[in-house]
Amino acid sequence: MSTQRAAWTFVTPALLVIGVFFGLPVLAAFVLSLTDFDLYALADLKNLRFIGLTNYFDVLNTPLFWKSLLNTTYFVVVGVPLSIGASLGAALLLNSPLARCKGLFRTALFAPVVTTVVAVAVIWKYLFHTRYGLINYVLGHVGIAPIDWLGDVHYSMPAIILFAVWKNFGYNMIILLAGLQGVPQELYEAAKIDGASAWRAFRHITLPSLRPVLLLVGIITMAGYFQLFAEPYVMTLGNPLQSTYSVLYFMYEEGFTWWSLGRASAIAFLLFALILVATRALLHVARRSGEET
Amino acid sequence: MNPRLARALVNGVLIGVSTIVLFPLLWMLSVSFMQSGEASTFPPPLLSSHPTLANYEILFARAGMGRYLANSLAIATAMTLLSLAFNLSAGYAFAKLQFAGRERIFQVLLGALLVPVQVAMIPLFLLMKWLHLVNSYGGVIVPGMAGVFGIYLVRQYARSIPDELLEAARIDGAGEWKIFLRIVLPLLKPIVVTLAIFTFLASWNDFMWPLIVLSDQQWQTAPVALAALSREHVQDNELMMAGSVVTIVPVLLLFLVLQRHYIQGLLLGSVKG
Repeated sequence: MSTQRAAWTFVTPALLVIGVFFGLPVLAAFVLSLTDFDLYALADLKNLRFIGLTNYFDVLNTPLFWKSLLNTTYFVVVGVPLSIGASLGAALLLNSPLARCKGLFRTALFAPVVTTVVAVAVIWKYLFHTRYGLINYVLGHVGIAPIDWLGDVHYSMPAIILFAVWKNFGYNMIILLAGLQGVPQELYEAAKIDGASAWRAFRHITLPSLRPVLLLVGIITMAGYFQLFAEPYVMTLGNPLQSTYSVLYFMYEEGFTWWSLGRASAIAFLLFALILVATRALLHVARRSGEET
Repeated sequence: MNPRLARALVNGVLIGVSTIVLFPLLWMLSVSFMQSGEASTFPPPLLSSHPTLANYEILFARAGMGRYLANSLAIATAMTLLSLAFNLSAGYAFAKLQFAGRERIFQVLLGALLVPVQVAMIPLFLLMKWLHLVNSYGGVIVPGMAGVFGIYLVRQYARSIPDELLEAARIDGAGEWKIFLRIVLPLLKPIVVTLAIFTFLASWNDFMWPLIVLSDQQWQTAPVALAALSREHVQDNELMMAGSVVTIVPVLLLFLVLQRHYIQGLLLGSVKG
């Protein structure tokens, strides 16, 4: 058997699976988004009509879509910096030469990442309970009146962000920790000799060295946060007053509650486009600020 | 700052932050042993005055949690084994075997990582319906049998295998499959463990696709069933915590045992090579 033929027998099964169950559906989703595929078409394909970009215009004319987009953007714009900030803080602590039992702390801080999002969302739902929740109980000790976390439009999204930060910060913490360990020690020693403060060393040595890692982590986290779904599904059902309704939640409801599969596909593509644009924008900003420094 | 004070400060903050981070998990465990209604009192108790296993009994005897956990276990195990077979062979070929279009195909695969998985979900559901795989283990397992991330991970690792080793085996007349099974696989052992734990955890924790494709209760995985239970039993705080415990503990234990491999995979997967 030639190497070439062997190679194909090695890669073909995986390529077939990815092609048939991912590549093909992605292409089909685009075609589907140009049709009025609904419950009737599901029953009989003869009812399927090609309607061009109508689904896209329809979705863009639906106030609930804009609401879900606004909510998702809120989650991304506030949640991503908070998550990365928490990751960086934790990584700096773990990287400190003064820290003891680093392995133990690392495991503890990473644990939420491997937990099941649905199960921990259920826990947090009770922690956020207005009357019996421990969060309000603790806040009560510092004189803050009980907050209706998941029932008040002003607090529902912050509550979900808080939960998401807790659940996810450990992932980036590990990547940033590896980045910190790659910063040459001589730089810090030189800064110390020059009498630079810890803050200045952080600003002028640590942050610039971490730039590529921070950019990578930022892009991955942002793309992930745009895909907000399970948290509101379990904790708030998108409420109160649809203040936690996300774009994917909208897609799920359109597709699998109302069976408007054409419209749902259009929503999926709009989300995809949004993620691409946001990623490009982030890269652009990073490049420009890189030129300035 | 005085070095002893600085040390106390750093370690103090680490202890404080770790306690806050672990607290929800410990609280879940504690509440799961409370009497029904005990957690919904003020001030909220941290420990039960009369610990009980009643919540777990209800969970398994009446809510059918055993079935859901078995579903999760079956699906995650099958997915892990199948994706190992598919991703290991493909990842190795992309790293070490020459074939026409290799780099091109790999670039296309990496490009696919940009597409959110949810874009494929709607047509995938129709495809699964057509294949009669909706409401079956297959509906979850089949689309996840191979993945770009897994192939990428294996390829990164397999590139360190020296070509001379493979050439020597070929000169000795060994076939490509024999080389793969006898020489390559043993060398790939660390990445096999990494990929296995990654796939198992991702499959166990997955929510959106199983929610879509497993609407029939008897096939549901633990997270999907738990989400449904939490909507029905909003007031049953203690019961729900028991449900969360049995869903989380298996993956948490697996992670604790194999965390070195998990973290290695996380780093290998996030650093572009």
